[in-house]
Amino acid sequence: MDLIATALPALSEAFALILQPTQIGFLIVGVLLGLSVGVFPGLGGIAGLSLVLPFIYGMEPVSGLALMVGLVAVIPTSDTFASVLMGIPGSSASQATVLDGFPLAKRGEAARALAAAFVSSLFGGLFGAVILTFFVLLARPLVLAFGTPELLMVTILGLAMVGTLAGRIPLKGLVAAGLGMMVGAIGAAPALGSGRLADANWPYLYDGLQLVIVGLGIFAIPEIIALLRQDRAISREGGLGAGWLDGLADWWRNKWLSLRCAFIGVVVGVIPGLGGSVVDWIAYGHTVQTSRRDPQFGSGDIRGVIGPESSNNAKEGGGLVPTLLFGIPGSGSMAVFIGGMILLGYEAGPQMITNNLDVTYTIVWSLALANVVGAGLCILLSQPIAHLTTIRFTLLVPFLFMLIAFAAFQSRQSLEDLVALAGIGLLGVFMRRFDWSRPAFLIGFVLADQAEVYTYQAAQIAKIKGRQGMGSMFEYLFSPIVLVVIAITVVSVWLGIRQSKLIMPEGDVPSGGKAAPLTFAVLLAAFLAWALIDALSISVFNDKIFPAIISGVALIACLVIIVRMSLADKRSALFADREADGEDASAPHGLWPTLAWFASLLIMTSLFGFIIAIVLFFVVFLKLRAGASWARTALLTVIGVGFILTMASLLNRDFPPGLLQHYVDLPWPLA
Amino acid sequence: MTQKKHSRAVSRPLLLAAMATAVLGGPLQAADFSGETIDFVIPFSEGGGSDKWARFYAPLLSEALPGQPNVVVKNAPGAGSTKGTNDFAANADPDGLTILGTSGSTQFPFLLDDPRVQYNYADFQIVLASATGGVAYLPPDLAEQFASDPEAFAADNSFIYGSQGATRLDLVPLLAWELMGMNVEPVFGLKGRGDGRLMFERGEANIDYQTSSAYLSGVMPLVEEGKAVPMMSWGSLDENGDIVRDPTFPDMPTFKEVCDSMDSCETSGVAWDAWKAFFVAGFPAQKMIFLPKGTDADIVQAYSDAFQSITERDDFAEISAARLGVYPQSTGAAAETQKALGTEVSDEAKAYVKDWLKERYGVEL
Repeated sequence: MDLIATALPALSEAFALILQPTQIGFLIVGVLLGLSVGVFPGLGGIAGLSLVLPFIYGMEPVSGLALMVGLVAVIPTSDTFASVLMGIPGSSASQATVLDGFPLAKRGEAARALAAAFVSSLFGGLFGAVILTFFVLLARPLVLAFGTPELLMVTILGLAMVGTLAGRIPLKGLVAAGLGMMVGAIGAAPALGSGRLADANWPYLYDGLQLVIVGLGIFAIPEIIALLRQDRAISREGGLGAGWLDGLADWWRNKWLSLRCAFIGVVVGVIPGLGGSVVDWIAYGHTVQTSRRDPQFGSGDIRGVIGPESSNNAKEGGGLVPTLLFGIPGSGSMAVFIGGMILLGYEAGPQMITNNLDVTYTIVWSLALANVVGAGLCILLSQPIAHLTTIRFTLLVPFLFMLIAFAAFQSRQSLEDLVALAGIGLLGVFMRRFDWSRPAFLIGFVLADQAEVYTYQAAQIAKIKGRQGMGSMFEYLFSPIVLVVIAITVVSVWLGIRQSKLIMPEGDVPSGGKAAPLTFAVLLAAFLAWALIDALSISVFNDKIFPAIISGVALIACLVIIVRMSLADKRSALFADREADGEDASAPHGLWPTLAWFASLLIMTSLFGFIIAIVLFFVVFLKLRAGASWARTALLTVIGVGFILTMASLLNRDFPPGLLQHYVDLPWPLA
Repeated sequence: MTQKKHSRAVSRPLLLAAMATAVLGGPLQAADFSGETIDFVIPFSEGGGSDKWARFYAPLLSEALPGQPNVVVKNAPGAGSTKGTNDFAANADPDGLTILGTSGSTQFPFLLDDPRVQYNYADFQIVLASATGGVAYLPPDLAEQFASDPEAFAADNSFIYGSQGATRLDLVPLLAWELMGMNVEPVFGLKGRGDGRLMFERGEANIDYQTSSAYLSGVMPLVEEGKAVPMMSWGSLDENGDIVRDPTFPDMPTFKEVCDSMDSCETSGVAWDAWKAFFVAGFPAQKMIFLPKGTDADIVQAYSDAFQSITERDDFAEISAARLGVYPQSTGAAAETQKALGTEVSDEAKAYVKDWLKERYGVEL
């Protein structure tokens, strides 16, 4: 009763503040800005918020909040376009959406997948706001109950999803996850900064690889290359099958799944320190584990879209709790959001509940309203935009290469971003070809840092508590929350293994000759061995132990696979190879010539800088590879380059420079 | 909230008046930035302390510079802020259109001869130095012990502290506690100081420190609730370079006072000098704005004047208090002095800290 007595007056005040024409106007401006920035993979909320920050100072607080919230709220909605239509994970919020969303687009059901995704987002966002309205009053003690051991266990729960997504050979999934963790461990160790597979003399690697680059390299590049080899539209039949109304109906049929995943989203979002990186995987894992009827996960199951999309917008709401109550931003865009709040005269902290509850509710419900407006707009757009999947893919490729190169460049704004993208992209191409689970790799990569830091910190604190007695150490390590999460993890792994036969995260892959798959496995083993040797050479124990164990375990698993390979028949699933048979093998264009096109963009950029290179690439590619007329080539080049220049100048972004810029001073955008 | 609106409505005419005085009353300047865009490079990512600080100054600078150019904050994070600073040192043209804002995290690698550093502070021309402070705090039970008998407090307890890394700003509190003879176990790997406060709130850590603005917003509510008690401030520097009480926290003893009162702690000798040198680099001379090597004197002057007119605005105390704390924002000769204090450390102090880092934490730079 007390709760309602506190909440209701503030809530009605908040509604009175939000439901003014001016505020709604600013909210819509924010939503539109967020949508246009969000469709750009890799840019996300930070770029959008930085765009409006200069105008925030001096604005009326509620209008300023409406503008910022509108912008932040729609990012996890709008990045779904890239995930579903192109197989490009736009941000960490849409990694899992790619798994089933993109295969649906290839089946000609892009509009259905998009509509289902957006209505799930809408529901998740609203659900998040309703829960938060009450939860925000009770959240503080609950959030504080999540100490380091609890955070570690939730991270392990996220890693346990590898069990579900491991693919046909579980051991290969394990190696893929270990490999991902080792790629995630590259660079300065989180504890004391020892260099791993990199040192301070090579600052790029020492900083570690960014999620944008790994996500694009592992998912987007292999899919784009594979489609480009086919020389047809993304939609296999060339037309659009099921439409957006089917998507809405799909959601209604799976409304309970959507509700459960939205709940997962809020709960995980509320916990500071986990951020968005685990939530969509946990939601996807949950979806797979609880779907009995006719599962087609990995090759286009609509539930694989509904689950993660219901959770990621709910997570944004949940993420407001650590942001507003503790001033601990759950993501980069939340960090900028806090900065914007200060410009408006609000300091995040416990006083947001005690003194500014009306403002807190204004933020929560602006978020909900922005979700309704944003997702509603996206649902309406989903049918027309889905027609992109019926255009001949070769004509889209220059645009996509331009977008992903530009997105990757936002990571560190150095040419090395593009080199890293190409390197990870190559790894992705071969993981796809030889059926090594790329989702498992990505989960490993994303959670490597958290897993290491929380393990290390929990062990360190437990050790010090241990001096006061074993009792207080066990009490610290095995709190009720830890025990509950352990139980959930065990159940989840058990369900996951049972269901894993039903999901092929890489689709059905044929088997053929032995040499190529074996070579790739040996190369992976060589990398892991190198990583192990490198880890063992680190002098600081705290920086050494994690990479040494992970690379050691992954290496043993990889060697077991190699031994099994040498004993197995060449038709065994161990020798999965897309070049052996099926769509890839019969593609009209070879793998290497297609990769060479991407490499050429990279080389030209390193010589002439990005803008000159992309113009050359558009012209040469459209003329030679796509066989377009001069008029069409010119038109597409102007549209593509004009678009990127407009976006970059609005967002105040630079382009990768090349050798030319080293010698000659050129004006923006050439410099 | 109505109060907030009210105060802003009052401040706007004041702001315009101050601007007019600054523009009309200032000396005639040769440099003119009409129609230009100035890149304000911040080698940190969006949302951090340095980013907020830069975004506070950017619009004010835009108003105060001759010709009212557009001032844009450009974040260039990487390699612990050395990447953006290296780029600035190597590539920025001395035309006044690119300026750099650095922080203690940029100075520490420079002072410790980090191999990633390819910049030299001696090359840069300073136009503004912003000071800040820091406060260490304890849970109530430990604070009580500390108040009654600091020697026993230091000798009898073991402390857990959530840290971002021994070579960062955390070096200052870690070394201070060590000088007091406290047994502090740092738990490394935190992403920001906010996470350290959260660890303290969860009861996992039993000592913490925050810079002034974060202390005011994040720890003061805990102090009011009785969940945290301030232990000491790091202090502030007077014009002679001596450590005095922090103007934002005049009721709190400084570390120097605490150390003086303890038999086990010395405020002289190489260990103390080393602590003081890194304290100065990390706090009183924490954030600075630079023009590149070889910039014309009239451009440097234009910037100095612009920052001076900003800090002399009638409403400056009001608009900056919440966002920068009550600390000196120095320009001109005072800024030069701050820069020298913050970026020049004796070889002995440097060697002492490097040895300590290696022995205590196994960190080799």
